[in-house]
Amino acid sequence: MGAQEQIPRRRFMTLNGSALEWLIEKVLFACALSSILIVLFIIFFIFKEGFPALALGTEFFFGMTWWPSRGLFGIVPTVVSTFIVGIGALGIAALIGIPTAIYLAEFAPEWMRNIIKPSVEMLVGIPSIVLGFFGLMVLVVAIRDNLGGYGECILAGWLILAVMTLPHVISISEDAIRAVPKAYKEASLGLGATQLQTIRKVILPHAKSGILASLMLGMGNAIGETMAVLMVIGNPNIPGIPTSVLDSVRVLTSTIVIEHAYVDWGSMHQHALFALGAVLFFIVAILNLITTAIIRKGMRKTR
Amino acid sequence: MRIETEEKLVKAGLSATALISVFVLFIVVLYIFLNGIGAISPEFLREAPYRFEYGGIFPQIIGSLCLVGVCLLFAVPLGLASAIYLAEYAPDNMITSSVRFFVECLAGVPSIVIGLFGLAFLVYYLGIGVSLLAGGLALGFMILPWTVRASEEAIKTVPQAYREASLALGVTKWKTIWHVVLKSAYPGIITGILLGMGKAIGETAVVLLTAGSGLESFLPRSLRDPVASLPVYVYMLATQGHTSEALSRAFGASLVLIALFLAISVFALVLRNRYVKKMGGGR
Repeated sequence: MGAQEQIPRRRFMTLNGSALEWLIEKVLFACALSSILIVLFIIFFIFKEGFPALALGTEFFFGMTWWPSRGLFGIVPTVVSTFIVGIGALGIAALIGIPTAIYLAEFAPEWMRNIIKPSVEMLVGIPSIVLGFFGLMVLVVAIRDNLGGYGECILAGWLILAVMTLPHVISISEDAIRAVPKAYKEASLGLGATQLQTIRKVILPHAKSGILASLMLGMGNAIGETMAVLMVIGNPNIPGIPTSVLDSVRVLTSTIVIEHAYVDWGSMHQHALFALGAVLFFIVAILNLITTAIIRKGMRKTR
Repeated sequence: MRIETEEKLVKAGLSATALISVFVLFIVVLYIFLNGIGAISPEFLREAPYRFEYGGIFPQIIGSLCLVGVCLLFAVPLGLASAIYLAEYAPDNMITSSVRFFVECLAGVPSIVIGLFGLAFLVYYLGIGVSLLAGGLALGFMILPWTVRASEEAIKTVPQAYREASLALGVTKWKTIWHVVLKSAYPGIITGILLGMGKAIGETAVVLLTAGSGLESFLPRSLRDPVASLPVYVYMLATQGHTSEALSRAFGASLVLIALFLAISVFALVLRNRYVKKMGGGR
């Protein structure tokens, strides 16, 4: 492979080493660097704008009250709610997504796959604002009528976010299950194990790291999701630590969207919103790094 | 036998959970359709909105299309060029692997953070202001990694023999890429671009922070004008319009948005299936 590639490349250098070809390669290279530049700019600007609030230190990171008009910018209730909403949604998504992935990889006949796969792919793209609007008009009303409370609550957030996370969990878990070598499965079946026993004892343990990676990625998506969750969780003016799944809460993303509309540029409130963005960026980056680490580790094992 | 019935039960259970996603998609689309269809009329699609309860969504539709247009003008050339570099030129070194790493990073950045970045960098630092240009560029940052990934994958599926045949005829490397590789890869690239379009057209948070309030009743006359868009319009009406008239307009606008999105995605899926068949194999 290496030698094959070498031959045309050298020939191109000697015969057609024109300035144009050289220039094109450099331009393409510069374009490829744009992603690096954009990410670095994002980090720089988010942290620069958020810095005055991040510099409040413990008052910001461990403060229990977010009350901008009184100059209080404690993020604890918001961060706690963010994790409660994200983890709950992920739990529901895992409960539905992993069995779906097993079904798709092991049992589903061709025609079922042809219905389920495109639906899952469409579901991931349904504009989140539309899903949120659906949640507001249907889920919130159903919860209010049947379970009481305002209806705009953690439970509604869980359900809507689970729908948004589900496609990620399904597609990556399915890939992980399919990546288990066929020989393992055949060996198990050959020993007389049933299909179910094979899945439970052979396939799932091998696909474990991939499934775990899909969950971490789903978690990152759930925590970073904005519009759908914003519309169904209520966003009380002064957020507190929730005590029941029917409580209204605020998450990092919803706080940014709602409050950006009336902050003065340059005020501490504006810096605090960017600091929330920085915290969100940090949390999601860590989740993504863990995902990558799990996938790498899993790949090394199967090789 | 007990084991056999258990197997059957589990299999039935698994297929039932698998159908939940299909069911949810179906219910959401059907619900929006049934509630939105009543609001759709020629006037609704042709006129400008007036407050929450009157007029139509013409500027919102055009605004969304303009935003996606600017976004694609930015992200497609840049993403395609990056993909060509990564697939055809990139040596296996530190720089290449860090480019790949950062593309993945950018794909993982939550859209609200990109919105904040657009607000701080494009709107205030560069002084572009809340505008079509700022919104389109910010959307471009968001879909750039998807364009890179999809294009690179499409380019990599082009058989090596095509390149070698062209190079052996004495064609230069760039001309080979331009005339041979891109020509065979373009359905895959277009599929990737369409999927990015679907993402961009439904994106709310980024546009809300950088492009406008969504209720603008005028068409943008330049890149520096604020611009209305369908998702932000739905957001405003759904959260702040409390009359049934406003809600019905929100349903109407949601239906138009979903219809645009579904049209784009179905087109992308059809194109991909045909392409996969043409390249002679499934996954």
